Amino acid sequence: MINDIIAIIKDYWLLLLIGQYPNGPLGGLANTLILSALSIALAFPVSILFALARLSKWPMLRWPVTALVYVTRGVPLLMLILWSYFLVPLWTGADVPSFVTMLTTLVVYQGAFLSEVVRAGIVALGHGQMEAARALGHSYLGAMRYIILPQALYNMIPSIISTFVSTIKDTTLGYVINVPDLTFAASQVNNQLLTQPFQVFLILAIVYYAICWSLTHVANRLERRIARRRAGPSSLRAAPLVATSKIVSEQL
Amino acid sequence: MSGFDLSAILSNPEYVEMLLHGIEMTFVIYIGSWLLAMTLALLFLGLRFSPLRFGDPVVAAYVSYHRNVPTLVQLMLWYFGIFTLMPQGWITWLAGHNAEAIFAIIGLGLCQAAYFSEDLRSGLRSVNPGQMEAAKALGHSYISAMRFVIMPQGVRNALPPLINHSVSLFKNSSLALVIGASELTHAVKEIENLSFRTFEIYLVGTVLYLFFSLLIMTGGAYLSMRADPARSARA
Repeated sequence: MINDIIAIIKDYWLLLLIGQYPNGPLGGLANTLILSALSIALAFPVSILFALARLSKWPMLRWPVTALVYVTRGVPLLMLILWSYFLVPLWTGADVPSFVTMLTTLVVYQGAFLSEVVRAGIVALGHGQMEAARALGHSYLGAMRYIILPQALYNMIPSIISTFVSTIKDTTLGYVINVPDLTFAASQVNNQLLTQPFQVFLILAIVYYAICWSLTHVANRLERRIARRRAGPSSLRAAPLVATSKIVSEQL
Repeated sequence: MSGFDLSAILSNPEYVEMLLHGIEMTFVIYIGSWLLAMTLALLFLGLRFSPLRFGDPVVAAYVSYHRNVPTLVQLMLWYFGIFTLMPQGWITWLAGHNAEAIFAIIGLGLCQAAYFSEDLRSGLRSVNPGQMEAAKALGHSYISAMRFVIMPQGVRNALPPLINHSVSLFKNSSLALVIGASELTHAVKEIENLSFRTFEIYLVGTVLYLFFSLLIMTGGAYLSMRADPARSARA
């Protein structure tokens, strides 16, 4: 079994890594990572816009985006992929590569999920920050730009990495519309070998595991560090508590 | 494509029957994998909280695998991989008994068990240790304290993430399409091939998924309200 796996990797590592690249489209693991990175990079600004719209006081902005987020969260990603598979060519009127179709879907899908994270991050900051910024003469947008978002986004870094991990996992669904990613490459290998499907898909699972596990690990470490930072130095944290309890006990 | 015409789908008894069959299969897969996942999750919970030393790392490894490998790859590994390694007798039996649906239930259920067990674990861990001490002081044994004091509070704490994951399990049942199970997404694609009414049939499929997802969410919200009226009123 182990020998089979090593033999497969020896024969097909290039196909799994970059697909048929010099002779065909870029594929394999490289394509999976590029697709995920592009999706998250584009979904990020989209999610900030969505979150601001959902927090807006104008119903005209709030309602459509809320509806979009609810629909996106209530419908399987596979269904959304099939939607874009026929809608994107219809809108652009051209032959659209499946990569672009998948990218569009992931940006909307992850944008909707990430917008909930951004919204939570903004709400978690508390009203005081916004009120203080407004009191100092910032406009609403200025306060968002310089005071609220930098803090909220810093707290969100671990969630963004988690979303990146789930984007990597979601790119596998591109298989249904033939995006030439890692899963596609593995099924190509499987079609050539025919006799060792278990070994091929085990390799696939191990590769995804290695990537996603390391990223999750990074996210967890960052989360702890940010939690420590926000709590402030331990001396500062302990001091007021002691002082308050003293005052309380003296009053009693 | 001619004009938008929903009745072309809904007035055709053949298409309606395909849709109904798809919904039925989706629910067979959903309920089957939900039950499998919950049974396993409770088992893992027992292992994690038991004094057995190997319990914790084994469950942690299980959870780590299922959270870091895409669900689709897990399904493929089961259906294209493990299925072919089984003894010939099993293969013949499974092939005659809707193997696609069975492996979709196994794959999705095993995967979801990881999420459910983590939800339950964090729910239980958020119960104050004092509760266990108090229960023991009142004469409860470990088992009965768990049963009557700790578990009810822990499960109540775990309800919101459990509901979220139940909805995503429902959505993930569409992945069974890839291994050829004839669930709702499969029915939608089939009808699209037959009718060429792409827009209409995707709309019907989307509305159906949305309807059932919202139904599960509403049911969950009702359950949380019943379980803890005070907290729901505050939220």
